[in-house]
Parts: sequence; structure tokens; C-alpha cells
Amino acid sequence: MNNNFILQTKDLQKSFSGIIAAENINISVKEGEIIGIIGANGAGKTVFVNMITGYLKPTSGKIHFLGNDITGIKPREATHIGVCRSFQVSQVFMTMTVKQNLMIAMSLSKKKGGQLLLPLEDEKLSKECDKILDLYKIKKQGDLIVSTLSQGMRKLLDIAMAVVGNPKVLLLDEPTSGVSVEEKFGIMDIVISALKKSGTTVLFVEHDMEIVERYVDRVIAFYQGQVICDDTPKKALKNKKVIQYVLGS
Amino acid sequence: MFKGILKDQSVQTSIGVIFILLIFGSFILPEWMSNNFMYGMSRGLAVLGLMILWRTNLVSFGHALYYGFGAYAVALCQKFFGVTDILLRLLIAVAAAGLLGFALGFILRKYREIFFAMLSLAFSMVLYGLLAKAEFLGSTDGMSISPSTFFGTELGRIALFNFIGLVVILAIIFAQAYLRSSLGHLTTAIQDNEIRVEYLGYSVEKAIHIKYVISACLAGGAGGLMAASLGQVDPDSMVLWSVSGELVFVTIMSGLGNILAPFIGAVIFEFIRTYAFEWAPQAWQMIIGGTLLAIIFFSPGGLWSLFQKLNFLRKKNNE
Repeated sequence: MNNNFILQTKDLQKSFSGIIAAENINISVKEGEIIGIIGANGAGKTVFVNMITGYLKPTSGKIHFLGNDITGIKPREATHIGVCRSFQVSQVFMTMTVKQNLMIAMSLSKKKGGQLLLPLEDEKLSKECDKILDLYKIKKQGDLIVSTLSQGMRKLLDIAMAVVGNPKVLLLDEPTSGVSVEEKFGIMDIVISALKKSGTTVLFVEHDMEIVERYVDRVIAFYQGQVICDDTPKKALKNKKVIQYVLGS
Repeated sequence: MFKGILKDQSVQTSIGVIFILLIFGSFILPEWMSNNFMYGMSRGLAVLGLMILWRTNLVSFGHALYYGFGAYAVALCQKFFGVTDILLRLLIAVAAAGLLGFALGFILRKYREIFFAMLSLAFSMVLYGLLAKAEFLGSTDGMSISPSTFFGTELGRIALFNFIGLVVILAIIFAQAYLRSSLGHLTTAIQDNEIRVEYLGYSVEKAIHIKYVISACLAGGAGGLMAASLGQVDPDSMVLWSVSGELVFVTIMSGLGNILAPFIGAVIFEFIRTYAFEWAPQAWQMIIGGTLLAIIFFSPGGLWSLFQKLNFLRKKNNE
């Protein structure tokens, strides 16, 4: 494996009871890149994200992160080494307030061992939390219970919770799905600018080609569990296979 | 962990209420009533343990396992080592139940919902079977416990009552400090979304295990104090499934809203049971069942939610 890449996969494969969901996936990601992963439903995009972040164990193949083999690690181990994610359906704590959600995320990323027995609500953490809420434009909603928020707000919170651990690689699974047309560019502007500032490498699964064209450096297209194109957005979106199997026109 | 804990409103209220109970129970109320307070406060420790678990949506139908284990640990230490000091008895009960909880926690932390509940029950019935058959432990007759001492001086009923009150206050302070900590907040977080907790980098199983051991320690302490108060331990009144059922009953009746609720609920339960026995000796269970039905139908959040509603109405009227 080449150490110039932050993340590399080698012949990655995942099958469920003989049905192949992902096959021969060889991808190399440079530090700081923003990559869009596209493909029709069932193309293997989320399976790929799930394998990288430890939710699914690959049937075969290898995943290397900063030169180390991380194949089959557990989700919390992925988080510890700096591979974090957000979800297609926001995974937040619905009965808690926005601020409590973020405070828990920050607390778990900053405190270790016995420090976790210290009160959650401490002044320093609270101030840091307010800054992040402000950055993600959800400070006004800080005291609201998450279940009362719009999908867009929940997505922002979900992403903010993934980011507070200062990930080296962040995988976003359909960050704008379920978000209104009016909200989606706003959300992506906030998220991408925040992540660019921190130099985080981002891979995001997306169906919306306007979003892909506008925000990514590189596109990886999936079809039937395989990578059919890996190129710049301009070239990828004109690629015959992408047009035929992904864009459908 | 305990920084600023005495400024916490729940802790302040709890300490105030327990002090009032201690003063009334020690100097004003008749013996049978202060005994009910004593039993209620002891049992309340086990209910507090169940409440901590319940906040993660984990209901244990077998917590009498730890309650009984703590009680029998006190009895065995008296039998084999002559331990009668109340402080030692309490520490032994808590440590024995905690160790058992730590060992069984490795199995239970993998289960959720009905499987968690029934597995707890299964373990408690195994202990019940062992105790009921073991002649050297008194079999179904159980074992008697001699009066407790404190640094060599025999403790009277009132002194024991006050000691239990003090233990309850310390347990409340500890439990509230835990619940307001980052680890304690995972209680609700795990209930809401286990996947997210894992992706925040913390092991859900580990968090549940810690919670389970805390809960076992509290139940063990409750059993140890009950053994010292009653002067008797036996499988039917300490480990049988119906004892676990009573603890679950009191948890539902109390509600999960406040750290004091388990103790208020447990004391009220003692009084309901006493009066039910007196009014309908042949059908007292019917009164207990009716009470539970009334709680579920009219105040599903438990007695504490009634206090909250009353408080809300009072504030509204003042406005």
C-alpha cells in the first residue's frame, strides 16, 4: 500500500448469502480530497461506506488507513483512529436537546476513562459547543428537543456530531437526502466550508448531481457493486457508463 | 465527579425529605410506622438501581438476585466470621452483589428488551433453587441475623433507622453525580440510539455493564440493610421471583423522573402493603394490583409525574 494516500482499499468485496453487494473495489484517497460517491440505488455505495467505517466486515479484500490495515475494525475503533461518518437517516438522540447531543459527542471525544465521570455540563465544554453550533448555524435551536427539528437541522446536527472528534476522514451518507430543495445548498455550503477549514478528507454519497458538480474534487461512480468510473466531476458526468447506469439518460 | 453536587436541586430536596423522615421516624411516629420507613428506604436503594437501568430501557425481572445475594452475604459473614458491624455488613453486601453483577454483566450486556428481563429472572431463579436446597444456608427456613453493631456498640432500632437514612442520602448523592456525568448521560443516549453512541467512540456494552454493576451494588446494599433490619434472611422473602416483581412494581409506581422517587415509592408501597394486609388479609394482593392498575391508567409516569403535574398547575395558577 502507498503511504501517500490517507485511505486505500484493495480488492474489497462484500457478499450477503452469495449475493455480491460490492466487488473488486480499489480506491485511493489523498488527504484533503472531497470525493462524491454516486450510483443508482443498490449500487453498493452505502455498503462501501459501511465497510470503511466498520459497520460491515468485508468478505475479502483490505482497507488501509494511513498505511495501517483497518479491515474489519469495530465502529468505535474507526472513530478512535479518525474515520467518522454521518448517516443516511440522521442518527441523533431524539429525546435530548440539540446542545445535549453535541455535548455528549464532544465529551466522548475529549474525555477519557475517569474524566467521563465529571459532569457533562461544564462551562468550557459548553462554550466550545456553542461555537460549533454557531458554525453549523443551529445555535438558535440549541435548547430544542431534536425530535421537533426539521430533517435538514437533524442532518446538520448529525454531521456536527461526527465532526467534533476531529476526524481525518469523514464519510457522509447522503447528507442532503430528505432535505428540502431550499435547505440543501445551504447545508452543503455550511458543511463543506467547515470541513475545508479543518482540512478533513471527505467522501460523500450523493444522488443530487448539482451538489456533486458544485462541491467535489473527484467522483467515484458505482454500478452493481463495482466502480465504473473514478474521475473529475466534469469528465465523470460525461462518461458513457455513468450516463447509462447512473444518470439514466 | 461530586463537584457542586450539593448544589443540585434534586439532591438538596432529597436530603431535606430524608431528614424530615428521619426526624419523624425517630421521635414522633409509632414504631410500626418508622419500621415501614426503614424498610421502604432500604428497598428504595434496589428500586434506585432498577431506575438507573430502566432509563436505558433495560428492565430487570430478576433484581432479587442481587438483593438476596447481598442479604445472604451478610448472613454468611456473620455465620463464618462473626461480622456484625453494620458498616462492614453494608460493604460486604455491596461488594458481593457488585462482584456477581460484574461477572453476570458480561452475559447480560449483550441482551436487550425481553431477553434481558427474562435472563435476569432466570439467574435469580437459579440462586433461589440453590438457596432453597442448601441445608447449610437454612434451606427454605433461611438464617437469622443477630442485631447489628457499630464499632462494638449494639445498634438500637432508631440508630439503625438513622444509619439507613444516611446510606440513602449517600446513595442519592452518588447516583445523581453519576447520572449528571458524561457517562450517566449515556443512559438516555443509549436508549435513544445505540448506533450513534458506538460511532461516537464509546462501547455501548461497556456503558451498560457499568450501569448494571452500579444497579447490582445498590440492590445488594438494599438486601444487606433489609437483612440487618428484619433479622432474618430466607429465599422466599429475598430471592423469589415475586420479590423481583415487587421491585419492578415499585419502580413503575415511583416513576423515573427524579432520584428521590424510588424512595418515596418504596415507602408508600410499604404502607399500602401494611394497610392491605390489615383491611383484606385474604385478598391484599388485589389491593396491590388495583394500585398498579390505577397508576398505569391514570399516571403512567408514576407518582413522581403527579408531583410534577401539581407543581406545573401551581406555577400556572401563580401566573
